Amino acid sequence: MKIQGQGALVTGASRGLGRALAEQLAAKGARVALVAREAGPLHDVVAGIRGRGGEAHAIAGDVAAKAAIHPIAGQAQGLVGEISIAIHNASTLGPTPLRLLLDTECEDLAAVLETNLVGPFRLTKVLAGAMAIRGAGVLVHISSDAAIEAYPRWGAYSASKAAQDQLSKILAAELDGTGVRVLAVDPGEMDTVMHAAAIPDADRSALPRPGDVAVRIVQMIEDEARAPSGARLIAPRWELAT
Amino acid sequence: MTAASYHRHAGPRIERDEARAVVGGVGSGGGAASRTAEGDGGSARSGGGAVSRLDEATGVGVVGPGAGVVLRSDEVSRHAVRMIVVDPGADAPPRLELFAALPRLLRAGDLVVVNDAATLPGSLPGRTAGGSVFELRLSGPVEAGRLAGVLFGPGDHRTRTEHRPAPPRIAPGDRVTIAGMIATVAGVAGRRAELAVRCDEDALWQALYAAGAPVQYAHRSEPLPLWSVQTAYAGRPWAAEMPSAGRPLTWEILLGLRRAGIAVASLTHAAGLSSTGDDALDRALPWPERYEIPRRTAELAGQTRARGGRVIAIGTTVVRALEAAAQDNRSIRLGSGVAKLRLDASYRPRIVSGLVSGLHVPGESHFELLAAFAPAGRLRTAVALAAQHGLSSHELGDACLIVPA
Repeated sequence: MKIQGQGALVTGASRGLGRALAEQLAAKGARVALVAREAGPLHDVVAGIRGRGGEAHAIAGDVAAKAAIHPIAGQAQGLVGEISIAIHNASTLGPTPLRLLLDTECEDLAAVLETNLVGPFRLTKVLAGAMAIRGAGVLVHISSDAAIEAYPRWGAYSASKAAQDQLSKILAAELDGTGVRVLAVDPGEMDTVMHAAAIPDADRSALPRPGDVAVRIVQMIEDEARAPSGARLIAPRWELAT
Repeated sequence: MTAASYHRHAGPRIERDEARAVVGGVGSGGGAASRTAEGDGGSARSGGGAVSRLDEATGVGVVGPGAGVVLRSDEVSRHAVRMIVVDPGADAPPRLELFAALPRLLRAGDLVVVNDAATLPGSLPGRTAGGSVFELRLSGPVEAGRLAGVLFGPGDHRTRTEHRPAPPRIAPGDRVTIAGMIATVAGVAGRRAELAVRCDEDALWQALYAAGAPVQYAHRSEPLPLWSVQTAYAGRPWAAEMPSAGRPLTWEILLGLRRAGIAVASLTHAAGLSSTGDDALDRALPWPERYEIPRRTAELAGQTRARGGRVIAIGTTVVRALEAAAQDNRSIRLGSGVAKLRLDASYRPRIVSGLVSGLHVPGESHFELLAAFAPAGRLRTAVALAAQHGLSSHELGDACLIVPA
């Protein structure tokens, strides 16, 4: 899909990968609705994008809150028009330091699922129908290698991402032929606030920057042949086109 | 008799003076009355005559002088909607089907067109500089910081629109608060007003969704959640009220249509208010409404007509947009426009072959509108069948499909 002129929505857009994705999309000419819980940091990112000549809008909302979903989608489409690209990036680890599953409070598991699985599902229900009826759109679920591997103490996050991968695959199967492409993308390790919370003693200088990962993910959105619907892609293994 | 409100929806509205006279002491708009009515509606029948209608406050079918048919008016799950199928040309009588049978009831080569406008949280609380409260109901999309709609005095949807106190007087240039934002009155014409909001677009949309609620009427007292007035394919928030004929279109049905070789396409039409409670305003409904037709939809409509396929509109807002854009009976203009045409029994559709609509009884203005697609006698038979099977005329109720063989 050509990015220029498209309406896009990115959740968790005030920092890290979400911010980088919003900036990349705006730089390529998309009208971008940025969603995050807190308005303050979001406004700084939006101001930065506008300063570089891009179109960006700030929407304060919590994807984990059921009542926030239609307002988020409505504001986004009021501001940027039809949404053709939606990136489910917002996610939570749950309480850190991370705990063993047997030490994880049930409520904490439920809260992680609300943010990482149910929230994106609700938002997809609102946005993907409009894409499918028009015959064009790309949905991206930001996944993790934790969706596949068994890392002790990552249980809640891991389960949420594994379930989201399945949601992505089944949506792709159900929407086959409608023109809506559904991807799950493991961005790999990155130097983000979330990474620091999970692995405080990691060597940050050795970690890829979110901006470099975002370049790859935006290419996946553009390149349908190499990123077909239903695929689960791993950003560090994505061969950058020149 | 006063003019009826414009019944785009199968909504229980009333012809006011008459209904008041008939209703007498039935219900006063409270939640209990409304809920009780749901169970009773289906069995409310009475003999003789032609006119019946639904009471806005109670949701109960009101039997007018000599009424023949009364439909219940409770909400129906969008997965369980039933439908009366009418063939306007043939001698075959109307029949009852499940809405889910739609892919089987149409033919490969037909085109189904939906209105993908999302429903706005268009009921907004306002306050004058002097502290008087009012409600603004948006009548169309928000453009360039302008909020255009109809003013009401204090109160909410639980009071019938025509019983609401008059709004406080405002004049161009006045400063007011609307949905928590500062605005200037840009124009006033009777109870219609346009307010210019003084904040950036991001803050404007946030305020609308924070303070606004879907427009609703007195027949249902509980607040309608925003999600409950959206179709499964709603996109840009352009509609003052839900384009409700599309409510039962689940993705199971939409994908089933595709599998059956029936194309599905969309347009966006800014469905306006169906009632204002003001006679003069209501007589002029529907007002000119903005629409936008994508290239794919315009092309599919032209190709479908050229091949002899049928173009089926989901709701009268789709009829209005397609007919407004019709150049002849084979082609339509793509892009934006404003629909001004009025549909009635004398209107001969150029592009649209048939439609899905809510159920309407004789006497409602929407019933007259359906007469553009089928003879009134055939429609009366259809309504009688709907009553016999207990179908609901609520805007979140059952449906009818009028399609020539």
